[in-house]
Amino acid sequence: MPLITEDLVLLDIETTDRAAATRELAARLGAAGRVTDVEAFLVDVAAREAQMATGLEGGIGLPHARSAAVVEPSLAFARSADGIDWGAPDGPAHLVFLIAAPDGGGAEHMKILAALARRLVHQSFKDALAAAADSAAVVKLITEEVIDR
Amino acid sequence: MKLVAVTSCPTGIAHTYMAAEALEQAAAAAGHELLVETQGSAGMDPLAPQDIADARAVIFAADVEVRDRDRFAGKPLVQSGVKHAINHPEELIAQAVARASDSTPTAALASKVDNAGGAGTRLRQWLMTGVSYMIPFVAAGGLLIALAFLFGGAEVATKVSGGTFDGVKYAGVTDLSTLLDVAGVPGVLFKIGAVAFSMLVPILAGFIAFAIADRPGLVPGVVGGLLAGAIGAGFLGGLVAGLMAGGVAYYLSRISLPRALQAVMPVVVVPLVSTAIVGTIMLLVVGSPVASAQTALTDWLAGMTGAGAVGLGLLLGAMMAFDMGGPVNKVAYTFAVGTLASGTPSAAMAAVMAAGMVPPLGLALATVLRRKLFTDSERKAGEAGWLLGASFITEGAIPFAAADPLRVIPSIMLGAAATGGLTMAVGATSLAPHGGIWVVGLIGKPLLVLLAIAIGTVITAVSVLAAKSVGRAESTVPVPVTV
Repeated sequence: MPLITEDLVLLDIETTDRAAATRELAARLGAAGRVTDVEAFLVDVAAREAQMATGLEGGIGLPHARSAAVVEPSLAFARSADGIDWGAPDGPAHLVFLIAAPDGGGAEHMKILAALARRLVHQSFKDALAAAADSAAVVKLITEEVIDR
Repeated sequence: MKLVAVTSCPTGIAHTYMAAEALEQAAAAAGHELLVETQGSAGMDPLAPQDIADARAVIFAADVEVRDRDRFAGKPLVQSGVKHAINHPEELIAQAVARASDSTPTAALASKVDNAGGAGTRLRQWLMTGVSYMIPFVAAGGLLIALAFLFGGAEVATKVSGGTFDGVKYAGVTDLSTLLDVAGVPGVLFKIGAVAFSMLVPILAGFIAFAIADRPGLVPGVVGGLLAGAIGAGFLGGLVAGLMAGGVAYYLSRISLPRALQAVMPVVVVPLVSTAIVGTIMLLVVGSPVASAQTALTDWLAGMTGAGAVGLGLLLGAMMAFDMGGPVNKVAYTFAVGTLASGTPSAAMAAVMAAGMVPPLGLALATVLRRKLFTDSERKAGEAGWLLGASFITEGAIPFAAADPLRVIPSIMLGAAATGGLTMAVGATSLAPHGGIWVVGLIGKPLLVLLAIAIGTVITAVSVLAAKSVGRAESTVPVPVTV
């Protein structure tokens, strides 16, 4: 199963609330059958977020969790024009990546997520995602940059 | 510059890898080599021990405890949270580079000297590493010998080793099973102390080489140090052996060979070849000049007896302090013991003993007067120096001299020469070949001898402090951040 598909991309998310945005993305993962129990998964994500906000400088929100409710390593992506406060010191997040990792998943699965995380620090990758015309473009970008590398 | 980093975060799926990538990019942009160990969920890929050894500094970008952090012990360290590494990796790289450049490992932790400083700094770090491992041997051996004198009287040394003491001849103990019967418990203490002392130079040389070349340096260094003792080259010979062994082992272990041979390099080839080279040089190249120099010095000293008592005292004092148990010291000591053989009180013996007490006392005084000019391990050596000096165990000064020979040796020679000259000038004598303060009853004019020792001690302390204040930056080792 690919890391991300078009139905996991929300190009113009409207909410500016961190929890609501996470919930919308998690619901997509649930609908795709990648997360068996959305509520349980949200609890795990919130627990990680409570340890330390996952927002990063440069307008990135990076909620993530390893959870028993996750079936497949997955990424849901949202883009916000207004920005969502994700706890970064320099302002709200415009690109939000919800990473779902199965609890006790094998190292091979995790390597894809590791590769994704590594790409996220590259400005060119972030710029391309910010400029992507549609969901298909986002999926293509991530697939090319992360999986085919 | 070579650097290593560890990144780690609570979940181990995102920030760990982002921080690794960000640090790698920033390091590359600044022209440094960085290897990152990501302690995340995608399996751990530990850094190779050699990479850690080669790294000049370590970065921990972690929100959870770094696993197996003792692998990095003693390395200059920069720590931050994982987010800071993602947002501002260039700051961490710059801090690590700065830390690597201004830091020296603590003597206690040093297994590897960082290559940051100039040649002088590195030489000093190598010497300090050897000294720091040697100091416990000085303390153990010296204090055991002092205890033996305290409980058994100073003649215990002569009972064990043979010779003349207070006009009585002793055969010495050759069969150790008779040691307790002949020399008693103090004799046993003395023997243990003497054996510990015999390890001073091998340990010094071994760990100087260890500091230069890591583990491969240890064998040629220790063996070279033992040979320095065997040829009577003393601790100066040990310094030569240690530096040479370190250099040889360092270059041997860096020769690249076909893979098949590579496996036997560390177990067979490097120890064999490095030890053979160092041993051969010590025996054949260093050995005979030392022996002939000793013969020449002995003859010269025998001719000096006409030069006047004070002149002889100055000379004997300076020789005692020059290499503390080395060839020059031995010549002076043997000369003095020779004058004792007839069983009559000897002026030369008094001068030699008094002068030989001065170096440890003077350096102990110096560490008290200006603590900041000495490293931590030197200050500890200074604490032991009082008792060692009082017991005429000149070796108590070796840690100082080995760490900074060019400043320390002239200073202690000056103080010891003054004491030797003064002892002769007042006409003091001794009936004992050793024992220091414990044989004060066998000294003629003991109060004047004590005065001469006190004067020499002050001269030594003042000179060494003056010498150390020159180029002081080098002698104050900053305390690095320990892991």
